[in-house]
Amino acid sequence: MIAVERDIARKAIALAVAVGAYGVSFGVLCGQGGLSVLQAAGFSAVVFAGSSQLAAVGVLAAGGSVASAVLSGLLLNLRTLGFGLAVSPVLGGSLPSRLLASQLMIDESAGLALAEEDPDRSRQAYWAGGVAVFVLWNVATLLGVTLAGAVGDHLETIGLDAAFPAAFLALLAPRLSEASGRIAALLGALIAVSLIPFVRPGIPVVAAAAGAVTVLVAERLRRP
Amino acid sequence: MRIWSTIGLLAAGTFVLKAAGPVLLGGRRLPPLLDRLVAILPASLLAALVLVQTVGSDRRVVLDARLAGLAVAALCLWRRQGFLVVVVAAMAATAAARALS
Repeated sequence: MIAVERDIARKAIALAVAVGAYGVSFGVLCGQGGLSVLQAAGFSAVVFAGSSQLAAVGVLAAGGSVASAVLSGLLLNLRTLGFGLAVSPVLGGSLPSRLLASQLMIDESAGLALAEEDPDRSRQAYWAGGVAVFVLWNVATLLGVTLAGAVGDHLETIGLDAAFPAAFLALLAPRLSEASGRIAALLGALIAVSLIPFVRPGIPVVAAAAGAVTVLVAERLRRP
Repeated sequence: MRIWSTIGLLAAGTFVLKAAGPVLLGGRRLPPLLDRLVAILPASLLAALVLVQTVGSDRRVVLDARLAGLAVAALCLWRRQGFLVVVVAAMAATAAARALS
């Protein structure tokens, strides 16, 4: 075990509690999407990537195929590749320890680690953030899916179908602070909505990736 | 079966993305073009998910009480509310719009 300094532990726990609120929403949405308690728990323990899990469950709940659910989840989580590269110098250690660290690679653990300059504190922050979020995320998922089960058939009456778009909007909001994010979002939304009538559910979301590619191409053309 | 297949495939793919840095590539950086794409991609996909979940209903575009929920969610985010507040407020607005219509 690694000893963790108190200020790092405090930050990790505060972040994990905030993520817990999101985990409850994920659990509830699993219930709405017709997943069993075991399937919801499986998602959170094995996949352990918040926005990807939410996207995959959203696509499945809308009647999309397995392929489009998996692809939307993976495209949304491509960013993990970027942090993985950035954080890897402080992880080190044996292969089993690096494999275990990889499973805990999420926005929060990587963010905490990258915010520390000292490599030792950075490693502590990574593990503390990863473990704290893993525990709370999984407990919160179970709580959420159990709550959804208790509500039963009244999902639409209590407006639960609006929880999915609201959750995605909350994840999107911080990405709208830059012009490129706003244009990519607008293009993605237009592509997806215009495809809804013509293709199977799930495909519009995957196709929206073309919005980001368009922004990228436009940026390259302007700055050769 | 669809759900377990999704869990299995998504878990395997996600793990490859998570482990590529620590296990295979060490401290290298992504090529600049891929790095930029990775930074922009979530905005397009999340916006698509917002819209598809708000107006999509199988293969039809349907405008219903979910729009009221989305409007309230946007308002809450603008007022810097937390995740759970945003989601619960959106549900309440949609439930209210449905009860009134």
